[in-house]
Amino acid sequence: MSRDVPALSGRHLVIAVPFVFLLVFFLAPFFIVGKISVSEMDGIAFKDVLSFQDGGVHLAFRFANYLTLAQDALYLNTYVTSLRYALATTLLCLLIGYPFAYFMARARRTLQPALLMGVMLPFWTSFLLRVYAWRSLLTEGGWVADAVVGSGLDQVLLALGLIATPGQLMHTPFSLVLGMTYTYLPFMILPLYGNLSKLDGRLLEAAADLGATPWAAFWRVTVPLSKAGIVAGSMLVFIPCVGEYVIPELLGGPETLMIGRVLWDEFFSNNDWPMASSVAVVMVLLVIVPLALFNKAQAEAAEAGR
Amino acid sequence: MAPPVSAPASTSNPEAFLQIQDVVKDFNGFKAVNQVSLDIAKGEIFALLGSSGCGKSTLLRLLAGFETPTSGRIVLDGLDLAGLPPYQRPMNMMFQSYALFPHLTVWKNIAFGLEREGLPKAHIADRVEALLKLVQLGAYAQRKPHQLSGGQQQRVALARSLAKQPQLLLLDEPLGALDKKLREETQIELVNIIEQVGVTCVMVTHDQEEAMTMASRIAIMSEGRLLQVGAPGEVYETPNSRFVADFIGNVNLMDGTLDVDADDHCIIGSVDCRHRVGHGITGTQGMAVTVALRPEKISLTREQPAGDFNQVPGTVQELSYFGSHTVFHLKLASGAALKVSMANTERQRHDATWGDRVWASWSDSAHVVLTQ
Repeated sequence: MSRDVPALSGRHLVIAVPFVFLLVFFLAPFFIVGKISVSEMDGIAFKDVLSFQDGGVHLAFRFANYLTLAQDALYLNTYVTSLRYALATTLLCLLIGYPFAYFMARARRTLQPALLMGVMLPFWTSFLLRVYAWRSLLTEGGWVADAVVGSGLDQVLLALGLIATPGQLMHTPFSLVLGMTYTYLPFMILPLYGNLSKLDGRLLEAAADLGATPWAAFWRVTVPLSKAGIVAGSMLVFIPCVGEYVIPELLGGPETLMIGRVLWDEFFSNNDWPMASSVAVVMVLLVIVPLALFNKAQAEAAEAGR
Repeated sequence: MAPPVSAPASTSNPEAFLQIQDVVKDFNGFKAVNQVSLDIAKGEIFALLGSSGCGKSTLLRLLAGFETPTSGRIVLDGLDLAGLPPYQRPMNMMFQSYALFPHLTVWKNIAFGLEREGLPKAHIADRVEALLKLVQLGAYAQRKPHQLSGGQQQRVALARSLAKQPQLLLLDEPLGALDKKLREETQIELVNIIEQVGVTCVMVTHDQEEAMTMASRIAIMSEGRLLQVGAPGEVYETPNSRFVADFIGNVNLMDGTLDVDADDHCIIGSVDCRHRVGHGITGTQGMAVTVALRPEKISLTREQPAGDFNQVPGTVQELSYFGSHTVFHLKLASGAALKVSMANTERQRHDATWGDRVWASWSDSAHVVLTQ
């Protein structure tokens, strides 16, 4: 008997595991949510989309929820707000995370595991606790609030429109973005570090040899070659930030209403599952588009031979 | 009369194009480069030859500016390079395994250095096109490095390092990543291009064939020091030390004592035979010397040759057939081994085979007498 047969089926099995997982735990639920989003409520339950009546098959799609989403400014604004804060968080994480990952990758080999450990250390404490801790740090009398207000930095934040009243840091765009950046920073650093630590130092020497200053070599060689890491880190931060619920609840304010909160309200306050499902479907689509871009970038990076 | 031995120059010639003066590179107490002085003329192709860890690559990196000398000076065309970072030095390097930018096309790789100078776009385009033509890669301009063969990558690396018309071209193991056949072809091609461009060139290699084929002069390096500097033939035929004689090519080394030292000859006795050397050496009678004999300068006969000197009987112990020549390993009476290389000038020659008793003999101009 050929030895190829078990090898082939073994390989198929390995590939099948994540596929089946995604099918069962992502695609199937997504279809159910999609179905609910076009269903009509019938008391506390909702009608089947597909029904048999008078000996015929009836399909009853109700797109009113999607129409509402497109027409009601509340939803539109909330989506825009979510995307804006997710984008701001991603940019901040990149701004802080890139130099961090860069110097980590350039640090002494013996020091790197300790630095890596430092990045992952926050995961050892509950995420909820760490976000909650920011509340006491940012409310009046908290260490951070006192330092920011004492140094007059709150005037800068006020000028930037990140807080509404001087001295009031909690429940503002500032506290929200701070909390999200703090929480998601490791997700930016880790892929960037993985990428930058693989960068061939001789390429930077070659760039220097050809007349590139360290600054030019960074922008012409290091940054383009770390593109895959930048994309991976940005997606890992951006995607969960769009649908973030807990951090806006704990640290956000009235003007930082994000889509996760709307989703919660539709589900558990209004009990309007079809509406909530529509909100969720649109949010998933919002997230899938950047994900598709990410995959495209990855494919291009593979094409570039790295 | 002493054989013409070229010792490393200790004083520098101020006229030389590239002057390396008493350069030391100390890595935490380990002297990778130790008191190296070297003058290189304009237009020369100079090879630093040595085994790995001998300091040749460090010396090249000192020239390129990736390392700073602990002491000593490097002067290029009157310009002291001390304190100049790599990106300000008028020299370019072709890196070992090339270090081509993987995210840039061949065209962009070659243009990289020119773009850093902020030259006009049209000028850069002209220069890149000319270089692509020089290395015959015009059809590959838009390819990425990983889409090229090893030989093509090597030519891109060469074009990139020549793009800025450097005053000095540094080659780090330029052909090390190519297979043997391609390496031999590329050696000649590379020298042709370098000579066509007319750039002064310092190369580093561990491959003595490569160094001898390509370079006009060679420096043998060991443990951070230059042992001998000279033309390839000079280094091969008149090595100045046991190390150099042993490092370059194959050699039989025989310890002996100087018995007679006359103006026109000297006689050296060693365990297995007596040597008559066709020139005098500056030495005292009874001093210990080493006789170096290249295998190809020895011939084999079945009968004992005439005369009393420069011959030794032995038994064929091992025989290696290389096609163009055959190397015989003889066992001498003392137990010492003697390598003899015979060119296979005729087909199906059978000089000797395993176990045969033969006589090895050589002329009185075959030896090199080494006193160190």
